[in-house]
Amino acid sequence: MNELSSSASTPTIQCEQLSHSFPMAGERFQVLKGIDLTVMPGEMVAIIGPSGSGKSTLMNLIGCLMTPEQGELKILGKSTSGLTKAQLADVRRDHIGFVFQQFNLLARTSALDNVKMPLMYHDEPIKDADERARACLESVGLGDRLHNHPSQLSGGQQQRVAIARALINRPDILLADEPTGALDTHTSGEIMALFRKLNNAGHTVVLVTHEMEVAEQADRIVMVRDGCLLQDSSQHLEGAK
Amino acid sequence: MSQLFTALISLRRNMMRSILTTLGIIIGISAVIIMFALGEGAQREVEEKIKSLGTNLLMVRAEAINTAGARGASGNVNRLNISDADAIKRDLSEVVAVGAYNRGQAQVVYGNQNWNTGIQGANVDLLTASNWQVTDGRAYSESEVRSGAKVVLIGETVAKELFDDPAFAVGETVRVNKIPLKIIGLLGAKGEDMRGFDQDDILIMPLTTANRRVIGKSGRDINRVSRMVVAVDEENNMTYVSEEMERLLNQRHRVAAGQTAFSVRNLSAMLSTRAEANKVFSSLLAGVAGVSLLVGGIGVMNIMLVSVTERTREIGLRMAVGAKPRAILAQFLIESVVLCLVGAMLGLLISLLAVGLMQFGMGWSMALSPVIMLISVVGTALIGVGFGFYPAYKASNLDPIEALRFE
Repeated sequence: MNELSSSASTPTIQCEQLSHSFPMAGERFQVLKGIDLTVMPGEMVAIIGPSGSGKSTLMNLIGCLMTPEQGELKILGKSTSGLTKAQLADVRRDHIGFVFQQFNLLARTSALDNVKMPLMYHDEPIKDADERARACLESVGLGDRLHNHPSQLSGGQQQRVAIARALINRPDILLADEPTGALDTHTSGEIMALFRKLNNAGHTVVLVTHEMEVAEQADRIVMVRDGCLLQDSSQHLEGAK
Repeated sequence: MSQLFTALISLRRNMMRSILTTLGIIIGISAVIIMFALGEGAQREVEEKIKSLGTNLLMVRAEAINTAGARGASGNVNRLNISDADAIKRDLSEVVAVGAYNRGQAQVVYGNQNWNTGIQGANVDLLTASNWQVTDGRAYSESEVRSGAKVVLIGETVAKELFDDPAFAVGETVRVNKIPLKIIGLLGAKGEDMRGFDQDDILIMPLTTANRRVIGKSGRDINRVSRMVVAVDEENNMTYVSEEMERLLNQRHRVAAGQTAFSVRNLSAMLSTRAEANKVFSSLLAGVAGVSLLVGGIGVMNIMLVSVTERTREIGLRMAVGAKPRAILAQFLIESVVLCLVGAMLGLLISLLAVGLMQFGMGWSMALSPVIMLISVVGTALIGVGFGFYPAYKASNLDPIEALRFE
C-alpha cells in the first residue's frame, strides 16, 4: 500500500478542471470553477483561502469524500471518476490519511484502539495491528500514552493520536483540515513541526487552513478564492491566473 | 469478530440504556416461554387425565324428564339398575366393560383418625372401566357384590389421612358411616380429575354394600345405580355404541318416543375438547406475549436510531478512514442483534426460573419446550435484524462530509 516510492514522475494528486456547485437559495452556487492542481510525491502543500473560498470542497474532493461534477481527479495517476461509494472508501483507506480540526477521536477508547480502528475495514484481518498502532504512536511521540483515553490527553496529544491514526494505513497523502484550528499557538507549532518531520520522512502532506502563519510552514502555498486558484507559490503554476 | 467486539463495547458504554432497551425483549421472551410452558403443561395434564380415565369411555346418566310439563330432578323417574349394565354388556359386543355405580359422601373412622370422603358403591367392572389399579391387596369379587360383603377398597389420599403408612391399610377395619368395613385393597393413585378434584380421595365398595348399609336408605332398590361408565373396544365404535345403548335403555325403561331419558356422553371427547380449548387459550396468551416481544423490538429500533444520531460524527470518521457503507450497516445490525440476543438470553434465564418456581413452588403443571425456546431466541435475533435494519441503513447511507460536520 505504501507507494511513496512509486515513480517520481507520477503525481500523487492531479486535479484537472475540477468544478463543483451546490444548490443555494434555489440557485446553483458555483463553489469551484475549474481547478487545476498537481501535487508531486513528497511535497508539503498548504491550501489557504478565506471561508467560502471553496477550499473545503477542494479538500473533500481530494480526500475522495465526494466526486466532482466536472473535471477529473487522479490519485497516483488513477482516475476516481465514476467510482461507487464503496470503491471511494477503498481509495480513502488505501491512499489517504485524514487529520481533522476536532481530532474526531472515539471517546472512552484508548489511544492504541483509536489508532487501530481504521485497520478493521480491511478485507483481510491485519494480524500485527497492535504493533503497527504502537509504532505509529511512537512516531508521533506518544509511545508512553498507548492506553490513555482522549479525556486523559491534552489537545496537542489528542491531535498526535489523530495523526498516528492517519498514518496507520501507510497513506500516500496526509490530508489535514485545519489541524491546528483547535490548538493554542505553542501546541500549533509542535503539531506543524510534526507534519514537517513526517514530510521530511517522505510523506506527502496537504494542509487546508485559513491562517497564513500555518501555511507558511509548508513548502508550497496554494491560495484559493471564489472557487479559483489565485496563486501558487511553487514552480508549478498550472492553476495560477 | 472485531465488529462483534466493537458492538459489545459500544453497548457497554451505555449500560443503563442497553439494559432498559433489552428489558422489553426480556419481558417478551419470558412471557412467550412461560405462556407456552403453561399451555403445554395444561395440555399434558389433560392428556394424563385421559390416560388415567382410560380411553374410549362413555358416561351414561339418567336425565331429568318432563312429567306433565314439570321438569323433575336428574334421575328422578328413570332409574338405572345394575341389570342395565349387564344387558348392555351382553347385547353390545363392542363394549369391553360397564362400570355401574352410586356415589355418596361418608365419614370414615379408624382409631382416633377420621376423614370425610367420597364413596362409590360399584359393580366389579367399574375397576376395569374406570382404569383403577389395585396396588396392594385385592379387588372384591362378583359374589361379594351379590352378598353385600363388608369390604372396601381405599384410595391413596384416604389411606394417607387415616394411616401413618398406607402400606398398613390393607387388612385393617375402618368404620364408614358407623358400619365396620374391612380394607381388602389399596387403589393406585390417579391424581386430580379435570375439574381439580382429588380422585384418590375415595372409597370403593360393592354396590350392594353401599346401597344397603352405607348410603342407601331403607326400602330403596339395592341394585339401583346413578351412573354407568362404559368402556368401548375401539374409538370408531363410540358413536354406534352410544346410539345403541340409548336405544336399548329406552326400550328397557319403556321411554316414550321423542323423550330423552338417558344421556350418553363421550368422556374422552369432552376432555379432548377441553384440551383443545386450553390450547387455543394459551396460544392466545402466547400471541399477546409475542406482541410484547414485538414492542420490545420497536424499543430496540428506537434506541438504535438514537445511537445512530449520537454517533453521526463517529460514522463520518469511520467512512473517512475507509469503512464501506456495508461495513457501517453490518456494525449497527450486529449491535441491534447483540442487544436482542442479550435480552433473549436474560429472558430465557428468567423464564426458566419462573417456570421452576411455578412448577416446584406452586405446584402448577408446566412443560418447557426446547423448540419454543429455540424459536423465540432465533425469532428475537430476527427481530434484531428486522428492527435494526432501518437505523443501520440510515447510518450506512450518511454522507461522510455531512456526518463529519455534524454537531
